[in-house]
Amino acid sequence: MLSNLNGEMIKLLAAGIGETLYMTLVSTFVAYIIGLPVGILLYITDEDGIKENKVVNKVLGTAVNLLRSIPFILFLVAIMPVTRFIVGTTIGSTATIVPLVGSAAPYIARMVESSLKEVDYGVIEAARSMGANAKQIIFKVLLVEAKPSLIVGAAITITTILGYTAMAGMVGGGGLGAIAINYGYYRYQTDIAWVTIALLIIVVQIFQEIGSRIAKHSDKRA
Amino acid sequence: MIVEVTALIELKNLSKTFNQGTENEVVALKNINITINDGDIFGIIGLSGAGKSTLVRCINYLEVPTGGSVVFDGIDLGAISEKELLATRRHMSMIFQNFNLLSQQTAIKNVCFPMEISGVPKAEAKKRATELLTLVGLGDKLDFYPAQLSGGQKQRVAIARALTTNPRVLLCDEVTSALDPNTTRSILELLQTINKTMGVTIIMITHEMKVIEQICNKVAVLDHSEIVEMGNVKDIFLAPKSKIARELILPKSEGVDSIGDGGIYLRLVFDGTTAFEPVISNLALECRAAVNILAANTKNIEGKAYGQMVLQLPTDQSVVERIENYLDKKGIVYKEEDSYVE
Ligand SMILES: Nc1ncnc2c1ncn2[C@@H]1O[C@H](COP(=O)(O)OP(=O)(O)O)[C@@H](O)[C@H]1O
Ligand SMILES: [Mg+2]
Repeated sequence: MLSNLNGEMIKLLAAGIGETLYMTLVSTFVAYIIGLPVGILLYITDEDGIKENKVVNKVLGTAVNLLRSIPFILFLVAIMPVTRFIVGTTIGSTATIVPLVGSAAPYIARMVESSLKEVDYGVIEAARSMGANAKQIIFKVLLVEAKPSLIVGAAITITTILGYTAMAGMVGGGGLGAIAINYGYYRYQTDIAWVTIALLIIVVQIFQEIGSRIAKHSDKRA
Repeated sequence: MIVEVTALIELKNLSKTFNQGTENEVVALKNINITINDGDIFGIIGLSGAGKSTLVRCINYLEVPTGGSVVFDGIDLGAISEKELLATRRHMSMIFQNFNLLSQQTAIKNVCFPMEISGVPKAEAKKRATELLTLVGLGDKLDFYPAQLSGGQKQRVAIARALTTNPRVLLCDEVTSALDPNTTRSILELLQTINKTMGVTIIMITHEMKVIEQICNKVAVLDHSEIVEMGNVKDIFLAPKSKIARELILPKSEGVDSIGDGGIYLRLVFDGTTAFEPVISNLALECRAAVNILAANTKNIEGKAYGQMVLQLPTDQSVVERIENYLDKKGIVYKEEDSYVE
């Protein structure tokens, strides 16, 4: 048992954790820069929304659905030319961030949209009755009221992206996923595969726990 | 002193049809004409689905009417820009049945909100919010979140929030419907005080006659999208003309057997000029007549009787005369009616 887990391997795993976190957190951050505004737009342009706009809603909605329906592993391969154009290579952790962002942003947009839909319409109505404009409603009502739900959504997003980083390991990405493939699969070191899986589970649990604690602490409804 | 009465809000031929021109068309308001004067506490009563909420939401143009106009303080709300409309809304605050407070913000932050969006400096807003929360009796609950407050306290926060912009009018949509009777009374008292001391006009939407009775001076009765009756509360309460107003004033008591079909119906009105006494038993004893009480809503205020009652009398003409004589003698106002039906 664990015969392959020598000092060298432990160093490699530690670096793998670092790379996985790097890919996950940077991708999540960049994906939110795109997904959050798109999610808000989806919500406000929807029927009876504060800025109802059928065309914008339809175009964004279709784009989001389209991107979300492509399996990540195929998407990653398909956009390699784009990745090469942006990063200069398609191998390694940084290169993986491009497809991760492309996949996560539409996912985030839907998450944000559904968090905003949970906000009580009466509160928006009250803000409108006070003469609040759309911008004020978005930033001072919607995002404030949806905060706990948005935090839970972010925790789920992070763990989903973490899963994707492992998949990216199949085709030249870095991190724990790549270690699992290279050692566990190609070199038949099954024990290493199990160790990476255990490490991934631990990292996922940590993110989930932190997310739900922050959300619970910030929610004033209870 | 001559008190000049000026119109604050005029609704002229106001109509609203939802989904106009589609198969889901719903006529919510038809040709509404109402004038609300400065200082009024104007009640709008009607059953669920009558169009009350739509009406009040048209007054501040949250809902854009499909016909007619809303004139607020001389300004036709349909004729101004979006920006001017947002600014005008700050003079007409709204209070809701479900309070609609920001659940993630404290009481004081909630009260600061309207000032925040209209650009009042933070320190000034905080000072005014503290004053207003103290005024509504929540000076010790500034940092409480809505979830930590009772229904009545939440409505008080909402009232404080509504007052921050020094509005000319408070639009109240079923503001006591989620509250118990005692809390209802205290919230209505607070609104009455605000009307008296700050001169804020109040529009009170409700389905409960007791709300109208307690604080309104004028009332409009809305039924199936139309105004069926309008005037001073006292006049309508004493002599309701429309069927719906009669039902709202005197909810029909259930499980009463009528004395067969037909018979004569008498509406008795107690306007505080007669003593409160067991009228019906005395009447039955003196006139040796069996009468049926179909509906009653009477109160004893300082020994005087207020309210109304509907009696069904036997068809025998001589008995009817005896009863009417008895009522005349007692000075009780009454009116014969053909029927008392749903
Ligand atoms: N946004 C809407 N779309 C379609 N119909 C509506 C809408 N709002 C209200 N209605 C309809 O208008 C009528 C009046 O509703 P409302 O004004 O809410 O009545 P009330 O407040 O007196 O109960 C109802 O038949 C209701 O279904
Ligand atoms: Mg209503």
